[in-house]
Amino acid sequence: MANERPKADVVIVGLGWAGSVMAEELTRAGLNVVAIERGKWRDTSTDFPPAVDPDELKWHTRRQMLAAPSRETYTFRNRSSQTAAPTREWSAFQFGENVGGAGTHWAGMSWRFSPWDFEVATRTEDRYGRARLDALRAEGLLLQDWGITYDDLAEDYDRFERIAGTSGIAGNLNGEIRPGGNPFEGPRSRDYPTPPLKDSYWMARYRDTTTRMGYHPFTIPAGNLGQAYVNPLGVSMGPCTYCGFCDFHGCGNYSKSSPQACILPVLMRRPNFTVLTETQALNAVKSEDGKTVTGVRYVGSDGQGEGFQPADIVIFTAYQMDNVRLMLLSRIGEQYDPSTMQGTIGRNYNYQTCSSVTGYFDGAKMNPFISAGAMAVQIDDLNGDNFDHADLDFIGGAGMMSVQTQGRPIALANTLRPGTSRWGSGWKEGFSKSYNEAATLFNQGTSMSTRDAYLSLDPTYEDRFGQPLLRITFDWNRNDKAMMRHITDKAQAIMQEAGADAMTTDLQTENSWNPYTQLSSHTIGGLVMGADPTTSALNPYCQSWDCHNVFSVGANCFPNNAGYNPTVTIGALAIRAAKAIHSTYVNNPGPLVEA
Amino acid sequence: MANWKKIGAGAGAIAAVAAIGAGTWAYETLETSRSDVADDNVTLATFEANPEAAERGEYVMRMGDCAACHTRGQGEMAGGYEIETPFGKLVSSNITPDTETGIGKMTERDFFNALRQGIGQHGLLYPAMPYTAYAKLTDADMHDLWAYMSTVEPVQNDIDENAGMPFPFNIRLAMAGWDMLFFKNEGFDGDPVADRGRYIVDGAGHCSACHSPRNILGAEQGSAYLHGANVDGWHAPDITSNAAMGVGGTSAEDLARYLGTGTDGVAVASGPMAEAVQHSLQYLTVDDRLAMANYLLSVEDSGAERTAPAKIADSAELAYEVNCSACHGLNGEGIVNAVPAFKGNNALLADPSSLIHVMLNGARAPYTEGARTAAGMPSFAWKMDDAQIASVLDYVRNSWGNQAAAIAPAKVGRMRETLGASQPISALPE
Repeated sequence: MANERPKADVVIVGLGWAGSVMAEELTRAGLNVVAIERGKWRDTSTDFPPAVDPDELKWHTRRQMLAAPSRETYTFRNRSSQTAAPTREWSAFQFGENVGGAGTHWAGMSWRFSPWDFEVATRTEDRYGRARLDALRAEGLLLQDWGITYDDLAEDYDRFERIAGTSGIAGNLNGEIRPGGNPFEGPRSRDYPTPPLKDSYWMARYRDTTTRMGYHPFTIPAGNLGQAYVNPLGVSMGPCTYCGFCDFHGCGNYSKSSPQACILPVLMRRPNFTVLTETQALNAVKSEDGKTVTGVRYVGSDGQGEGFQPADIVIFTAYQMDNVRLMLLSRIGEQYDPSTMQGTIGRNYNYQTCSSVTGYFDGAKMNPFISAGAMAVQIDDLNGDNFDHADLDFIGGAGMMSVQTQGRPIALANTLRPGTSRWGSGWKEGFSKSYNEAATLFNQGTSMSTRDAYLSLDPTYEDRFGQPLLRITFDWNRNDKAMMRHITDKAQAIMQEAGADAMTTDLQTENSWNPYTQLSSHTIGGLVMGADPTTSALNPYCQSWDCHNVFSVGANCFPNNAGYNPTVTIGALAIRAAKAIHSTYVNNPGPLVEA
Repeated sequence: MANWKKIGAGAGAIAAVAAIGAGTWAYETLETSRSDVADDNVTLATFEANPEAAERGEYVMRMGDCAACHTRGQGEMAGGYEIETPFGKLVSSNITPDTETGIGKMTERDFFNALRQGIGQHGLLYPAMPYTAYAKLTDADMHDLWAYMSTVEPVQNDIDENAGMPFPFNIRLAMAGWDMLFFKNEGFDGDPVADRGRYIVDGAGHCSACHSPRNILGAEQGSAYLHGANVDGWHAPDITSNAAMGVGGTSAEDLARYLGTGTDGVAVASGPMAEAVQHSLQYLTVDDRLAMANYLLSVEDSGAERTAPAKIADSAELAYEVNCSACHGLNGEGIVNAVPAFKGNNALLADPSSLIHVMLNGARAPYTEGARTAAGMPSFAWKMDDAQIASVLDYVRNSWGNQAAAIAPAKVGRMRETLGASQPISALPE
């Protein structure tokens, strides 16, 4: 090939959280790693320094750190009988396009998934019986375990939290339930690296209210640091200042966990690491026998046209959607077909079922400008399988959090007490009142994949390189809609008890899913891990069942979504996969798990 | 460091004009019997080094920070660093063993002459090369350094060091006059083992090149040894045992930690010191850094005293909170190993050039094994006018137990011009 680079041990596509964490592990083990990143270099002091006031219009309204849909997008439809069309505005998904990926602009909510989330099939059968599981499957839910348990991942969760400097308070320390923490969480071997963020007025009020109602409130784990911290890589981080400009923004004072703040200072100086920025990966190239790949084709920003990066190992750590698309464009594995249930690539595509209830408290001073991306008190009493579903017509639940995550004046201009005038001086008066009196309870739900929701290549639309776009086929399922109605009723009762004199509710599941008005950005699946190669594309080490030198880590690995944010689980899976690669795979290339 | 070269090269030429007729008076400084211990037959290009000697020599190279000037993106030790002086441009030489464009044809004796006496293969060196300090290197360290240099990969990179110097400053012989006046052709006057700290500080480390003020002809003032000096728009602070302004209040351990990591947990190196830490000092052994620290803590107190405090503008505290506190903390505590604290940081209190410099142009901390953030200070030149910068620095220099004189906005203005920093947007035409 005309523009062929020197061979690397590993080529990583996408240098976000997963790519950075893996590159750190692999280069530390001595492997030669090249990362291909479609976005630009971004750094704290040059791209979002505290000398520049946070610019809501630029970063949040206009989303200038995100991939522009005008350059590359996806097509969407609710069901197979429809024709998908490209989407030019993604409210739902926030595709990163820079070194650091979505890890640069995320809010910082730093959850571990619960033990139940990894074993929904087994635990549903154990608790509610085989008939219940079969019935859920019969209505189309693809319930399946991950091939690993919470315990398998606990050590890697811990490592990621140490790198990220996560703030929080332990609720389950080696099995011992501790006051103030989340009593429903999986056991942790030690407390969080930094202490939890402080309570705002709303958080304290929610804490009091839910305690009174018999729930178990706790401060959520955050990538907004509770105090200054030096991580295991030797990188220093600062304490969060509660400025409130976290999601969609970069952090200027090294206090939000991100590849920039936590990993890149070390990684960029390793002589065995290279990043090719503004370089678009096209696909991996298969070897003659089709059992492995030889490297990655790309188009660089150097004006040289197409290039090739040969490598012994190829890792896709791009955005969840893009990882699926890269597998399809590389012709690795078989495209999932909902009519036959054959194929695994594109299977178990899923989103996250959410609702929000906003209360208005006359005369209150919520001071939303004092905030942090992951500042909230939550109850997990109604999350996952933490409550009895025997007499309910659904499985799953939601984390219910009193968010104090932003006070952005433009974004909040629409958060108005019911009956407020939508224009003129009436609106101005109403907005300035509502700005300080509104408080939101956000319900982030579990979501089960279905046989009808999947990802595939679009037959019509192509990107600027002539490659087909990815097509999303998705709508809400009955189980998750029932779950979210139940949760939202509970949320309204809590808001009532907290003293709200007016209330608005946003229940997304009342209408068919669309990309424009969603509350979550957590898109998952399509390339999931599991112990069974007929229902998963990746084995429990995130290694392709079809080409053993291809790995992929991202939310694409999740067969079902939890009632939590995905980042920390992605980071832990990345560490687990990287450790398996450098400790086992490189010495004995082949499947790490026999099919 | 760069400014020292500027002064050295410029003043050297002036001195030469005065002394060029002095003829044989220069004999003493140009006499090369110290190099008799070196071989004069084998060239660098053909020398076969003992690996152990070369390894020790690499350490001497780190102590001397040769790469700071001689490695600048054109190959390791291949030269090309351009030094602007008021008299013209100097370019650092290619010191790889390349026989055509490097120093491959030098013998060990030639090498000794060049390094310890400034007598190069094309004539006398400009005092931009710190041979005044390297003169103190022992024969053993010189033999090792020679061995190391022979292991450097030859790079073909033709450099005309003084092509940018107009007449008469392009006459290398002119340096004889400067040498005669200011160069002491003597080795280290103590025991380089027992007196290790001073040997490194005054010899390879050439600390006084920046930290001692110079006279009008660019020679260091012995009477103000390490009292602090201004260097190319930076202030190299007092590093004597003075407790009010110098390093006197610091423990040897903390000072050694600073040398090795760029921070003692309070201050964080920036500018030329960040480069010295990153490229040179972090490679020294803990014992050597401790020896340097102990020696510095024994250097005679400069006698410097804190000046009367400045009056703080009413708006300064809010300006600090809005612009600075996110990283430097509401109580001036900084972020450990990444962002300097202002509380208990003596380096802030003397000449404010470094503070103004980083406000205008920003700065980056060194990357070291012990402190890996290499955090960046953003520029405020576009945002704050001269008076606002002076005012917020007055606040920093007079809070949390600090005390220092007011900064004249005009000084900020002069530095803004010299450093080519942008004007504040408030000054832009409508």
